[in-house]
Amino acid sequence: MKTFKIGGIHPPENKLSANKTIQVAPLPTQAIVMLGQCLGAPSTPVVEKGSEVKVGTLLAKSSGFVSANLHAPVSGKVVKIDEFIDASGYKKSAVVIDVEGDVWEDAIDRSTTLIKEIKASKEEIIKKIADAGIVGLGGATFPTHIKLTPPPGKTAEVLIINGVECEPYLTSDHQLMMEKGEEIVVGITILMKAIGVNRAIIGIENNKPDAIAHLRKIVAQYSGIEVCPLKVQYPQGGEKQLIDAIINRQVPSGTLPVEVGAVVQNIGTAFAVYEAVQKNKPLFERIITITGKSVKTPCNLLARIGTPFSQLIDFCGGLPNDTAKIVGGGPMMGKALVSVDVPMTKGSSGLLMIPEAEAQRQTIRNCIRCGKCVSACAMGIEPFLLMATSERAMWEEAESAHIMDCIECGSCMFVCPSNRPLLDYIRLGKAKVGAIIRSRK
Amino acid sequence: MNVILITVLMLGLLGAVAAVILYFVAQKFKVFEDPRIDEVQEVLPAANCGGCGFAGCRAFAEACVKADTLDGLFCPVGGNEVMAQVAAAIGQEAVVADPKIAVVRCNGSCENRPHTNMYNGASSCAVAAALYGGETACSYGCLGLGDCEVACEFDALHMNPITGLPEIDEEKCTSCGACVKACPKLIIELRKKGPKSRRIFVSCVNKDKGAVAKKACDVACIGCGKCEKVCEFNAITIENNLAYIDPVKCRLCRKCVEVCPTGAIHELNFPPRKEKETIAPVNQEKAE
Repeated sequence: MKTFKIGGIHPPENKLSANKTIQVAPLPTQAIVMLGQCLGAPSTPVVEKGSEVKVGTLLAKSSGFVSANLHAPVSGKVVKIDEFIDASGYKKSAVVIDVEGDVWEDAIDRSTTLIKEIKASKEEIIKKIADAGIVGLGGATFPTHIKLTPPPGKTAEVLIINGVECEPYLTSDHQLMMEKGEEIVVGITILMKAIGVNRAIIGIENNKPDAIAHLRKIVAQYSGIEVCPLKVQYPQGGEKQLIDAIINRQVPSGTLPVEVGAVVQNIGTAFAVYEAVQKNKPLFERIITITGKSVKTPCNLLARIGTPFSQLIDFCGGLPNDTAKIVGGGPMMGKALVSVDVPMTKGSSGLLMIPEAEAQRQTIRNCIRCGKCVSACAMGIEPFLLMATSERAMWEEAESAHIMDCIECGSCMFVCPSNRPLLDYIRLGKAKVGAIIRSRK
Repeated sequence: MNVILITVLMLGLLGAVAAVILYFVAQKFKVFEDPRIDEVQEVLPAANCGGCGFAGCRAFAEACVKADTLDGLFCPVGGNEVMAQVAAAIGQEAVVADPKIAVVRCNGSCENRPHTNMYNGASSCAVAAALYGGETACSYGCLGLGDCEVACEFDALHMNPITGLPEIDEEKCTSCGACVKACPKLIIELRKKGPKSRRIFVSCVNKDKGAVAKKACDVACIGCGKCEKVCEFNAITIENNLAYIDPVKCRLCRKCVEVCPTGAIHELNFPPRKEKETIAPVNQEKAE
């Protein structure tokens, strides 16, 4: 069984919501659409206070090269464009819409019929994807249309689809593969046409045998698409790890995957691409896993962007009494929320409620130089060294120790026997070193 | 006898040749160092704190000697006294600067600023600030994890465990600015020490709108503008819902302190107010 070669860990899977049918979450009474939802520049609003919007109306335009469009997830009236706290507690601009009914834009095809034939040309596909505001739905929220246009001089050979879902607890991609397999595969053919490759590989970890079997059956009708089962190992969903696992090529430090001829897209993104190109549907809703050991009914929800998390939690049986921490995303890479009132964004893949007993960090002890973090690191860097340099503000040393290669997967902190806050300091170091590198240009 | 003579002669000759070579090499590679650098270094406090902007006291001494004027060169730790000595040592005129002191512009103690969440990560303000807005609804205020206390080389800054805020020891603070650089929220400011150490400043950096700021913290500046109106010297400006008192223009009249509805403006080291003195005896009389 294939997997990546360096490092990796195997945290308890806890896929509590596996095989739970995707339910449609109720519409919020008020949707709060954050303007900065993708990696890069926040979008510029094109609506103003009092504008009437339908579901799918353009709310904000992409404001730079790395930026994406934003569409209304609900129909109703824009009540204000104001600052609102995001998941990290900082105030960011947001468009607030009071919901009235559920009127969709006429251009959106709401039927469930599968459209296999791709009419759009390569350029049209990329334009449609950019217009629909599609971003990487694995969590990094990098605008998809940029990924589909490789920098000049580089050519892609293979499209890799990430169906790994290596984060514990999360099941949204798994469930999407089971329910929307056909659409995903059509989405993959669209992506293949857009990039100009004739080979695509779907990587799925073998803890999801049903998804592997299901997609294998579907891809048999298509040429050039194959399913590659992978050994369960975290962080296999990392772009560079997945490329290593599937096609056995190593992306050099500081370069993009296209350097080795690969483009990686997430399962959720492939589905969103299908909907955008074949059904004219912009990205305004996504699948999110609501889970946690004390949650009454862990489930996979199809929810609109901008829905406050509190409403999604209520739908799944309310906030458990013993909750001490609520994490947006999975337990390994997710970030704790400062409030349940913050809204869902394009990058919200899950919502995890952690009970009191598991939420507290253990006492920090001294580093004993055991090297477990180095063995666990999937990027082959030395987390203990990066933490030490960051703690002492030795940014040059941190840079030469390849701090920017860190994918923030958290494996080092997971294995550290001294409970050292390795990733906390590495994140700080990455922010500082990143700023230094940008200032040189 | 002959052997001894030859040995002495040979060694003597060798020594003489080596001495000649060494003399010329020393002349060729001579490094001239201004003796005044040592003199200047002698009078500097030798704290090597970097408050002057140079790597250490030696680097500062070199810069002083090389510079044409002492403009812009100032040792905050030594102050005017040391700078006068430095000027004397290099034969230039001393630039007199107002002594400064660090002030903490946040009064969001646990009482004034209720917690809305709990931080459980690495105990460092820099790390916490990179992650999120903080444990309270005010994302501008003090995180209380003590990066400034660690940065202070003069034992002049300590976290008060009750309020969770840093407190500055006026006797020890040298205004080196290490805490200012360490604070990721830019709360600490170096301000003019003022006559008799008296100073007035806005103890808040919250730029939210008034209602939001007030909800997050009882003693936040709400940007109402009352202080700006009452100030006769145009010392107060309001930008982004936050008042700032210019220490140069401020004449320490304390009118702004009186009108501030939230008590965000602080006065330090002033004698008790006169009104209070007059009111107090009246009350006493009544009581009697």
